[in-house]
Amino acid sequence: MPVDQTLIGRVFPPTRPYTVSEEKVRDFVAATGGTYEGGAAPATFPIVLAFDAMNAFLEAESIDLFRIVHGEQRFTYRRPVRPGDVLTATLSVASLRQIAGNDIIGTTSEITDESGDLVCATSATLVHRAGDQG
Amino acid sequence: MSLPTQTYRITRADLVRYAEASGDHNPIHQDEAVARSVGLPGVIAHGMYTMALAARAVSAWFPDAEVVSLGCKFTNPVVVPAEGGVDIVVAGEAKPGDDGLTSVALTVTCAGQKVLGMPKAVVRG
Repeated sequence: MPVDQTLIGRVFPPTRPYTVSEEKVRDFVAATGGTYEGGAAPATFPIVLAFDAMNAFLEAESIDLFRIVHGEQRFTYRRPVRPGDVLTATLSVASLRQIAGNDIIGTTSEITDESGDLVCATSATLVHRAGDQG
Repeated sequence: MSLPTQTYRITRADLVRYAEASGDHNPIHQDEAVARSVGLPGVIAHGMYTMALAARAVSAWFPDAEVVSLGCKFTNPVVVPAEGGVDIVVAGEAKPGDDGLTSVALTVTCAGQKVLGMPKAVVRG
């Protein structure tokens, strides 16, 4: 079933504040085969926040996660993420189109710190695949 | 300037660990049947896993630099077999600019095939 066309431009509620801990950064680095030696989190760590926002969006729109394939991801950083940061992501739907029966959903998430300052902005293209039962 | 190529291995166990660490529990990264039901060739790595490896190469090349931007398209799925794993090869070409920023054009391949579309990082310092 196609995704609701009125979604374009909609801004979803901010995610619950997320405290970046050394442990979470260490786990993230270890999962990608590295060893965390302190300091800034890896460049793709803010996906944790963006993913949280995306899950809330998919749930609100009754879209199955397993039908989503990632098309594109871009990050622009104002500053690196560090342990101790308390971050929130706010997702908005930037674009929506259909190609070959799949929905192509463009989202933007702004990740801000406790004082409301932008830390990182990230845009994602999500491909919603109709699959066999589509 | 060509940067030294980095090779990283991805196994199914890594995908399980990454799902926990990132919060991305999409079953297409764990379950063969679900992956095939949506038309994928098998269990695939999280696109963000491959992108994390690209970022890992950038931080290996520029350990003290701050990343200003990072982006890519996910053009080909990285299929991860149940046994063993797959190797991801990250090559990079650095172009220092006059503004103190260095552009890094990346090439990320799996079994000789590009898996990311125009992956690029910009670093400062």
